[in-house]
Amino acid sequence: MELAGITKRFPGVVANHDIHLTVRRGTVHALCGENGAGKSTLMKILYGMQKPDEGTITLDGEQVTLHTPADAISRGIGMVHQHFMLADNLTVLENVVLGAEKLHGIGGKARAKIKEISDAYGLGVRPDVLVEDLGVADRQRVEILKVLYRGARTLILDEPTAVLVPQEVDALFDNLRELKSEGLTVIFISHKLGEVLSVADDITVIRRGTTVGTAVPSETTPKQLAELMVGEELPSPETRESTVTDVPMLTVDGLHLSATDSDGVVRAVLDGISFTIHKGEVLGLAGVEGNGQAELVEAIMGMRTPDGGVVTLDGADITKAPTRKRREDGIGYIPEDRHRHGLLLEAPLWENRILGHVTEKPNSKRGLIDIKAARADTERIVREYDVRTPGIEVTAASLSGGNQQKLIVGREMSHLPKLLIAAHPTRGVDVGAQAQIWDQIREARREGLAVLLISADLDELIGLSDTLRVMFRGRLVADADPATITPEELGSAMTGAASGHLEHQEDGEDGKDAKDGGDADPAEPAEKPETADEPKAEKPETADKAEADKADEKKSDKKSEKKEGGDAK
Amino acid sequence: MKKFDKDKLILGLAAPVLAIVAALAITSIIIAATGQDPFHAYEVMIDFGSKADSQVWIINKATPYYLSALAVAIGFRMNLFNIGVDGQYRIAAFFAAVVGGALTLPGIIQIPVIIIVAMIVGAIWAGIAGLLKTTRGVNEVISTIMLNAIGASIIGYFLQDGRLAEKEGNLIHTPYLPDSAQFFEIPTQPKPIYGFVVIAALAGVAYWFVLNRTRFGFDLRTVGRSESAAQASGVSVKRMVITAMLLSGAMAGLVGMPTLLGVSYNYGTDFPVGIGFTGIAIALLGRNNPIGMALAALLWGFLERTGTQLEFEGYAQEIVGVIQGVIVLCVVIAYEIVRRYGLKVQQRKVGEELAAQARKSDKAEVSA
Repeated sequence: MELAGITKRFPGVVANHDIHLTVRRGTVHALCGENGAGKSTLMKILYGMQKPDEGTITLDGEQVTLHTPADAISRGIGMVHQHFMLADNLTVLENVVLGAEKLHGIGGKARAKIKEISDAYGLGVRPDVLVEDLGVADRQRVEILKVLYRGARTLILDEPTAVLVPQEVDALFDNLRELKSEGLTVIFISHKLGEVLSVADDITVIRRGTTVGTAVPSETTPKQLAELMVGEELPSPETRESTVTDVPMLTVDGLHLSATDSDGVVRAVLDGISFTIHKGEVLGLAGVEGNGQAELVEAIMGMRTPDGGVVTLDGADITKAPTRKRREDGIGYIPEDRHRHGLLLEAPLWENRILGHVTEKPNSKRGLIDIKAARADTERIVREYDVRTPGIEVTAASLSGGNQQKLIVGREMSHLPKLLIAAHPTRGVDVGAQAQIWDQIREARREGLAVLLISADLDELIGLSDTLRVMFRGRLVADADPATITPEELGSAMTGAASGHLEHQEDGEDGKDAKDGGDADPAEPAEKPETADEPKAEKPETADKAEADKADEKKSDKKSEKKEGGDAK
Repeated sequence: MKKFDKDKLILGLAAPVLAIVAALAITSIIIAATGQDPFHAYEVMIDFGSKADSQVWIINKATPYYLSALAVAIGFRMNLFNIGVDGQYRIAAFFAAVVGGALTLPGIIQIPVIIIVAMIVGAIWAGIAGLLKTTRGVNEVISTIMLNAIGASIIGYFLQDGRLAEKEGNLIHTPYLPDSAQFFEIPTQPKPIYGFVVIAALAGVAYWFVLNRTRFGFDLRTVGRSESAAQASGVSVKRMVITAMLLSGAMAGLVGMPTLLGVSYNYGTDFPVGIGFTGIAIALLGRNNPIGMALAALLWGFLERTGTQLEFEGYAQEIVGVIQGVIVLCVVIAYEIVRRYGLKVQQRKVGEELAAQARKSDKAEVSA
């Protein structure tokens, strides 16, 4: 299979640009890249869900056009989605034959076929069990079987390991090797480097919508791969001078939150979270998604009620305050999922401008909405924040992602927040808007704004932050100095491979100085995988004083360093 | 800007026009299929409907329909389906009649007392569903429809001779309200219009004002559009669910008042039922818009009034039910089609605008 020169544009964004991808038959081909790099769009093109604007797809030497997933299936391409598409109240057999009744009927013949496929690839699927009784890994195998049942010879797996625990990942990889040995082709999408290296025969790396390189796993280290993924160019969102003050703006102390997961088990999603953000400081929170960042944001916003801990904003205890009070008190919020939490998609822009600030000026006066003022202010935001729109009467849904985000940023900044929570502020945003949003955060920071920044874009995180923390399984496990740390070093801490205070070592020799900080849990979690490829070791040290010294030193270091380089624009 | 507004207006009118045309076409086909002349039927309906006594009848019928539609629409605006307006207005009217029948006060106090009792009882009855939803996650459709049945049983229990009611001939009803509780009438010929139509109009204005002009209304609409966004914006979704149910129930409490204070002066076994369900149809037809619902309520009254006349002309009586059903379906479908079309047009326009801007800025860069 070969893809050449694939380009896909969405309004305002180029999702894929000149993509080249060659997949050899009978191999596991990994496609890796950061969140938002354009992997999913590419796969949707390959599966016929979207049509490319330019470029060609060639299957077995024959150029094809895929209009619908049905086209793709008929050509032997099958897709296992990240979110399973199974009917819980039907049996495995019923789920598999659903929509493919014509192939082998719905009775004994189908059952025999399922058995045959299951045995051939070691999937161990039981056809008569209800899907609701299956665990996540079993459901995934049913999805794979569903695709094989429809005669797929090429399987696309979209982030298949995201939902699995390590043992299940190993089992999945065994299945994939089985498939490969039977001559099937697997395209495996992931951003987890270790997994990619252990299972793939070939690797293609995508960055910012285009293919930046290919790699052979046996000759590649995770570090090299990470460099390919995040790019070696200097972080563009660099903050030039430190504006950090001594005045704490947000203090979170011992925050603890439990939640019941889908299996009914109560787990701590936030555990002993403590940190302080000062006025003029950007605290960057790194972490693989799903390690509690979203929950932390929601706890600070008052959308979730923590079981323990204290949240203080500008000297006032807001632990018990409702969300609206917190917003009125000066928390600005750029949500991770702007469609779910930041916008009313079907409402006009000016109503979206009111959203979240309905009690504040200029949106309302004495309990009444001031439509005129709100409209006028929306016009101002559209102008000042360069929201590309024909007018403020259009619905938010008709704007491109980048412009939606600019509107949100404009709205939140218009209320002069004391604290800005920015969760993936530039996700799905085109490059121009990205730079603009960074500028706005930087500018507000100069005026004493405290920012909690969460991002999967490590360049952005390192470039904008004054302080970095790493979150892993609901705890803050490490901190780092953004002035010296590299994305690769941060990345290893994000997988739990390193903890404590991360320090960059020029020679890369065994030089990871790790300390258990007062903020990171002193009793480090037992599971500390010692990754062989990582040139990092830990030397746990318990002196809290040393940690405090370190922090001070770090701050002053950074200040001087950044001032030296300090020609701001 | 201006262009968008014009488009919006055209789109806004397109939906009802499309719906009416489609509904007329379909009903014509149905009438023709029964072997009769559809155009003659429309003629009869218009003739009979435009008579003075028909007009009074229609307005009096539309008043409770409109109030019922408002009650339903409050729920709709925040994605709650209060299917229990029927039970709410009946139980409200019943207890209001009981309280009103037991008191004898000057009208200026008596009437408000009766109305307030009705609103409180209606709010409580709907509030139960709200409470169940927020505390136990019970779907409001299920709970309100169950509460309809429970309400009917409660009324059935108390509406017996010797309990809260008295017997008069074949009818059992609550004691008559004192004369002071009779609501004023608008003297029209040949029959008067219930004065409660004024209250209904005020309720419509209040509905519009609260929803569109107040913070509270904005919060309520926000919840209706996106619960997650509402929560993130600082609205307590649970409290809003309960508040909306209380308001919806209070509005439902008014539904029985035109009849109680203007016609029957008691709650008896012959008290009208089913207005709550009619309200659902009218709220759908009027798209939760206060003026749209008023027109829809009048249309409903018109169809009911003229439907009886069709029977004399040899048409099947059920034809009116068919027309009503077809209209609601056509409206729902037409609005959805127009909404999708409008969104698409808008997105395309935004795209074009952006492309134009991009071209301009490209040129600017080149020339710079």
